[in-house]
Amino acid sequence: MTTLTNRIEHKSIFTIQNIISGIILLVGLVLTFLRFTRGLGTVSNLSNNQPWGFWIGFDLLTGVALAAGGYVTGAAVYIFGNEKYHSAVRPAVLTGFLGYAMVVFALLYDVGRPWRLPYPFFVSQGVTSVMFEVGACVALYLTVLFLEISPVGLEWLGLKKTRNLAVKLTVLLTILGVILSTLHQSSLGALFLIAPSKLHPLWYSNYLPVFFFISSITAGLSMVIFEGSLSQRAYGEKMDAKHLKEKDDVALGFGKAAAIVLFGYFAIKVVGIAAGNHWNLLFTPYGLWFQVEMIGFVMLPCFLYSIGVRDKNLKLIKFAAGLTVFGIVLNRLNISLIAFNYRLPLSERYFPHWMEIGISVFIVTIGISVYRFIVTKMPVFYEHPEFEDLH
Amino acid sequence: MSNSRRNFFKQVAAIGAGVAITKPAKATEEFPGYPDSYGILHDTSLCVGCRSCEAACNEVNQLPPPEKPFDDKSVLDKKRRTDDKAYTVVNRYKDRDGEKKPVYRKIQCNHCFEPACASACFVGAFTKTPLGPVIYDPSICVGCRYCIVACPFNVPAFEYDEPLHPRVMKCTMCYPRLLEGKLPGCVKACPVGALTFGKRKDLLSIARERIRKHPDRYIDHIYGEHEMGGTNWLYITGTPFEEVDLRMDLGVTPAPEFTYSALSAVPMVVGLWPVLLTGVYAINKRNQKMAKKEEEEAVLAAIDKTRKEEQAKTETALERAKKEQQKAIDIAVKKALEETSRSKDKEENE
Repeated sequence: MTTLTNRIEHKSIFTIQNIISGIILLVGLVLTFLRFTRGLGTVSNLSNNQPWGFWIGFDLLTGVALAAGGYVTGAAVYIFGNEKYHSAVRPAVLTGFLGYAMVVFALLYDVGRPWRLPYPFFVSQGVTSVMFEVGACVALYLTVLFLEISPVGLEWLGLKKTRNLAVKLTVLLTILGVILSTLHQSSLGALFLIAPSKLHPLWYSNYLPVFFFISSITAGLSMVIFEGSLSQRAYGEKMDAKHLKEKDDVALGFGKAAAIVLFGYFAIKVVGIAAGNHWNLLFTPYGLWFQVEMIGFVMLPCFLYSIGVRDKNLKLIKFAAGLTVFGIVLNRLNISLIAFNYRLPLSERYFPHWMEIGISVFIVTIGISVYRFIVTKMPVFYEHPEFEDLH
Repeated sequence: MSNSRRNFFKQVAAIGAGVAITKPAKATEEFPGYPDSYGILHDTSLCVGCRSCEAACNEVNQLPPPEKPFDDKSVLDKKRRTDDKAYTVVNRYKDRDGEKKPVYRKIQCNHCFEPACASACFVGAFTKTPLGPVIYDPSICVGCRYCIVACPFNVPAFEYDEPLHPRVMKCTMCYPRLLEGKLPGCVKACPVGALTFGKRKDLLSIARERIRKHPDRYIDHIYGEHEMGGTNWLYITGTPFEEVDLRMDLGVTPAPEFTYSALSAVPMVVGLWPVLLTGVYAINKRNQKMAKKEEEEAVLAAIDKTRKEEQAKTETALERAKKEQQKAIDIAVKKALEETSRSKDKEENE
């Protein structure tokens, strides 16, 4: 007993958190080995009817949407001039960068021949494909995010000159980031435009690209609030006075914006139903499920955000943020898995294999570990003393 | 000189207008298919479900041997689809009343005029050949499987058990054999003439002729003539198409058009967003600058005001001091004068 407490006091690396991460990483390595020696058939329930499963639905579609905080916060601060949210930029851009890195990492498992991922750019360009646009934008945006977050590492390394050069690019990179995000957030929705015969009409719409783009804004805003509350609990002692002072302002401001954008999103989703004249489907089983998504995870968080902002109730705002994030996960999974192939008999429908989820958990764990390393070592939640006034 | 030049411009304008009129907008233009492309007509009223086509396909494409032999009819008890080991499968459909004979329908790639798979592929691994077949190049395929998502007929399949070199597998309409002047394997093997190979336009005439001659035997529709913009594989049947799993709700729009408008928005975003965002940035930057300037001016004005007030204060104080000094001097002088006069008086008195 005493030895155990001693260990904890001495900050041994064998903390519960680290042990769990270690087990996940170990299992992940075994699954990785299986994937690349036995093939996708062994580690997944993917089939010829359901060629895209949990990795595309969760890791790619949801991952990219939830990593939208980077461009949303960057735009709010540098383009729309809300300097008071400045302390939220670094955590958001870091999450964005790691989110996209995880997306690309997950794709290495999902595609048949991952080393050919550069082929669309360097070997044979299929420019009629929405996937080409997604690939090009994600590749470029990952580079942009890397440059945007590079000052964090450069300050840590003490490379003043390079760091100042990188900081000078901030506005340019932010604008580039918004353009690239507009394009690929929307084209992730556009991927499904080609299959109107497979996706349920309540979710299929010509406006899919717009739906994906607008909902990515709500996802980005909510993730910044949601993640902010988590990081405050875990890394509160790392945060400097400015960060702590601005924290509540960020939640209130972003909560207000999220309420407005969620309302707009709800409105255009209704327009989508009206344009397709699918009112009659609203009370079928799929229709009720659609209503759960729309009312429970769009309208309700919109309402809760509004009340939270009016009453300056931070707890309620954080709850609304969590609800919105969950709603985004639900929406992306609905479109890629649940309402996709809705005509197939239940016996031919897809349900993810535990190994698919295992690999996703593995990838997310790596992402979180890298995040923990960076925020404990580098100036993310505080300003580097040597660079304080150089913004 | 100027006259002829005017004429020249007139002509150019006329040609331009002519081009504009004769060239319809992209969205309404229908690609009629390569004029002399080949196709296959599948007449389900003749098919007996012998699976000879499946066996031949397996052989000519050197696919792995099946679990159950091709003459085993029990395979037909279950509905199947194409997979990485079978480019084509025949399914049996029982008539609802059970009186009539069962109907068989063969599934394989329909070889669309404007294939969804080819449009969806981000490396262009699929090619629609002028002969008709849609062919696939495994040497550039990344294995993203978007083609499988895109195909409205659920045809392409993936080698999920191949860990490092999986391919997308689908019927090639025996493209290599066509180039050698041979018939596709399945057509050659069909013992009852349920499959007819030929120029697609000829197949359409044959199909129409059969429907005209036997209106009792066929539904008056050639599946594939317009579905998804037209396919090189055609079907006629006496059973409602939906009942042999040929969806009638796919429409006549070629698949690439579904993504056309979304993709055409890309250049607009690329063109307009930088202008818009830089504009917003510039406006906010200016507002900030103006606010700063106003603040500075206000500060300066405030400083100026206090300085002036101070000055005024000191001035009045100085004046008062001066006055007081003067007063003091006056009093002192007066006193001195008085004293001198008093002393003078004293001297005089003494």
